[in-house]
Amino acid sequence: MSKEKFDYFINGEKGKYEVVIGLEVHAQVLSNSKLFSGSSTKFGADPNKQVSLIDSAFPGMLPVINEECVKQAIRTGLGLNAKINNYSVFDRKNYFYADLPQGYQISQYKNPIVGEGKVLLDMPYGSKEIGIERLHLEQDAGKSIHDMDPSSTYVDLNRSGIALMEIVSKPHLRSPDEVNAYIKKLRTIMRYLGTCDGNMQEGSLRADVNVSVRKVGDKNFGTRCEIKNVNSIKFMQMAIEYEANRQVELLEDGKKIDQETRLFDTKKNETRSMRSKEDAHDYRYFPDPDLLPLKLEQKLIDDLKKSLPELPDNKKERFIQEYGLNSYEANVLVSEKEISDYYEKVAKLSDKKLAATWMMGDLFAMLNDKGLNISNSPISAKNFAELVQSIKSGEISGRIAKEVFEIMVESGDNPKKIIESKGMKQQSDPKELEKIINEILSKNKDKVDQYKAGKEKLFGFFVGQVMKLSGGKANPQLTNEILKKLLKG
Amino acid sequence: MSNITNQSLSEILESIKSKKISSLELTQAYIKNIENAKKLNAFVTTTFDQALENAKKFDNEPNNEQLLSGIPLAVKDLFCTENVKTTAGSNILNNFIPSYESTVTKNLWNNGAFLLGKLNCDEFAMGSSNETSFFGNVINPIGDRLVPGGSSGGSSSALAADLTPATIGTDTGGSIRQPASFTGTVGLKPTYGLCSRWGIVAFASSLDQAGPMTKTVNDCSIMLEAMSGFDDKDSTSINKKKESYSKNLKDNIKGLKIGIPKEYRVDNMPKEIDELWEKGKRILKDLGAQLIDISLPHTKYALPTYYIVAPAEASSNLARYDGVRYGHRSQKGKDLIEMYENTRSEGFGDEVKRRILIGTYVLSSGYYDAYYLKAQKVRQLIKKDFDDSFTKVDAILTPSTPSSAFKIGEKTNDPVSMYLNDIFTVPVNLAGLPALSLPAGLDKQGYPLGLQLVGKALDEQKILNIGYAFEKNCGYKNEIKKWWS
Repeated sequence: MSKEKFDYFINGEKGKYEVVIGLEVHAQVLSNSKLFSGSSTKFGADPNKQVSLIDSAFPGMLPVINEECVKQAIRTGLGLNAKINNYSVFDRKNYFYADLPQGYQISQYKNPIVGEGKVLLDMPYGSKEIGIERLHLEQDAGKSIHDMDPSSTYVDLNRSGIALMEIVSKPHLRSPDEVNAYIKKLRTIMRYLGTCDGNMQEGSLRADVNVSVRKVGDKNFGTRCEIKNVNSIKFMQMAIEYEANRQVELLEDGKKIDQETRLFDTKKNETRSMRSKEDAHDYRYFPDPDLLPLKLEQKLIDDLKKSLPELPDNKKERFIQEYGLNSYEANVLVSEKEISDYYEKVAKLSDKKLAATWMMGDLFAMLNDKGLNISNSPISAKNFAELVQSIKSGEISGRIAKEVFEIMVESGDNPKKIIESKGMKQQSDPKELEKIINEILSKNKDKVDQYKAGKEKLFGFFVGQVMKLSGGKANPQLTNEILKKLLKG
Repeated sequence: MSNITNQSLSEILESIKSKKISSLELTQAYIKNIENAKKLNAFVTTTFDQALENAKKFDNEPNNEQLLSGIPLAVKDLFCTENVKTTAGSNILNNFIPSYESTVTKNLWNNGAFLLGKLNCDEFAMGSSNETSFFGNVINPIGDRLVPGGSSGGSSSALAADLTPATIGTDTGGSIRQPASFTGTVGLKPTYGLCSRWGIVAFASSLDQAGPMTKTVNDCSIMLEAMSGFDDKDSTSINKKKESYSKNLKDNIKGLKIGIPKEYRVDNMPKEIDELWEKGKRILKDLGAQLIDISLPHTKYALPTYYIVAPAEASSNLARYDGVRYGHRSQKGKDLIEMYENTRSEGFGDEVKRRILIGTYVLSSGYYDAYYLKAQKVRQLIKKDFDDSFTKVDAILTPSTPSSAFKIGEKTNDPVSMYLNDIFTVPVNLAGLPALSLPAGLDKQGYPLGLQLVGKALDEQKILNIGYAFEKNCGYKNEIKKWWS
């Protein structure tokens, strides 16, 4: 694959700027119950129907850690090639808000459960490693609803206490495209691990985006701004684009950038100041005395490590080795665990390379068209494999295969059955083909003479006529051979 | 019959089991006492109807196999009780009725007891005289105008005045032992984690511990056995086998080594406290114990350490009282912030506000290291002092308080002198150890004074045994005239 050059810079009159981005991703832990209570975490329940006395912070209520959430954080840490800390501490982050019942969020501050790790991105200009600073567990807050009543705010505590993993990257990202690749990669890894469903519409994955700019070649980072709680990749990219240009303009005008927290207005496509550094909350972090430090036995970590599924980076390597795919194909086919599973089923029953081509072409186009994903594809892996095999064996041509594919989508039928019942099998009997070709040649004697006189372009015309007469079923390779032979004679 | 209520819990249990008295008669006797003792202001809420029902139920189907068969009990109003108002002595919880029962009270009810009422206490257990309660100060039955100690002042007063056969309190810095000492009763603060904190209104989570307050050491062992036990709803609860403290109670303490810490002889301590301490040493020595001089060098830092750690935790624990979901909510204010400010201004009393301010300050950025973090380090040193001493001794004997009960209003304008009351009790909470306060004598005004026995973690049985032997040989008996009825 030809390598492009990285070229995301902002050109000002006083120089060329590069954009430095770090992300704090909040990923909702896949778990049936909340981080410190037994309440359900199911999405979409009626307001305040999944709230325990603990989640609503009644007097005398105490948190008890949900072990499954701890395991999920460890799995995620292992998936990020990170150091798992045998000793971590839950702290209280104190602030008042109507949807924060305790008056503090239980989080991890100085001692997170997961330390440094890394994520590999495949960019058009080569692979790039993004450092992970840490991953910690924390509680989500509830939701304040301001637009249901003109004079009151309503509070829904269903989310209150749900476990989040905050995954903090190092400031290694340099463009909106890299942010896109990074979020997608994190999402893929967590979906492989089953630790987060990555559903951005439901808020399972959100991010705070830290953006700064500096002149190319500068060693020091510029002053950064944090854009809070952006909930789609598209918005993240738009926010970065806007924010980086805003900062460059300030610098170009000889102004300073204030370190501050900003909000992205999705309607106006701009970021605006939420609070300055001076107004920043003093969260008064301290270890939560209701919870003991979290001490993990190495055996638990080792056991979880052994039980991890094959992760996308490894699977990609294996696909290249085992199925002879190129890096691009392998990348696409491991991007979702379900896609890779489907591909492997198909590849085991048919031609591996052709299967990849057809999956990434017609199958993906169809799914995309219909707004479906691979797990609810109307074509089963087994049927798709048979279709690929029919092409490979020459039973049907590529063109016919597209027709069969359409019918499969509509009916869900087996391709063999469709080919059989509709008589779509390729004409590969040389005698039958010779008969058709002779018929064509005798009908077009003038063209045969022209061809023989040197107008070789007419060869295509003859092929077209054969296809027309055979209803598209003539084996193209055989047709070519026979045509050449007969035209010579 | 008429004086059943001035007997000990174990004597009353005998009378119930031998059917000398019914649970209903017993309950009626206490209700009569309580109705005649309104002057003491020991109760915030009474649950007489419910108690009479429960007594009848017991009498109809008596189960005498339980630790507290047929016993009515009043408890500190810091324990959440299902469908019974729980105020923590605060205006902010003035109208709060929990839908749940604290683990400790549930344990009592599962052992055959039932609720008689909720006892007054300092607001959120912050106080040493029961004067910070929104529901007014409690009077010590020892004498009019005297404080009953705090924060479990309603508990100590009710117990000494025969308004409940035994009771429970909570102890964050001395809130069981100091009021016990002020009223001539027995109070035990168990090892941190022995009794579940689930359902107890939190003051300072790393220090709070529920414990029994009783007339005798034997009663104390029965109550401890009934209320303690592992609870998987409290992450700091200790998972260990339950002990039969009352069955294993014995008065032979021959050969036990008793540590006498030199740092507990403080300046300006009344002579009679010193004499009391000497008396205690003599009694234990006569019983065959060996007295050993020890040093707990960091004792003098305990009080300042406590007044950083406890308010820090409290400032965060009390953040939930914001008027949003339950409790008092101010009707004033134009937005959320003003609603918070008004709710909390109206809901909390001065002492609680003082401690929230101190706690917020010591956790603030720029001060955290100098105060909170340093206090945590000192706390470790205090704990280590005890650990070191317990390699040499079985228990430690100290006075419970530096003075006897004081007059209402005497210290209200001097918080530091009020805080000094906890000087002997606070180190024990910081170290998470068990300690028993025993009535040991009277001062020259005739007010009770107590001695404190500190044990190793989870060594409750040993200090109960020492206390049991001490009690038999001390000859102290509360003589309280019922001046209020």
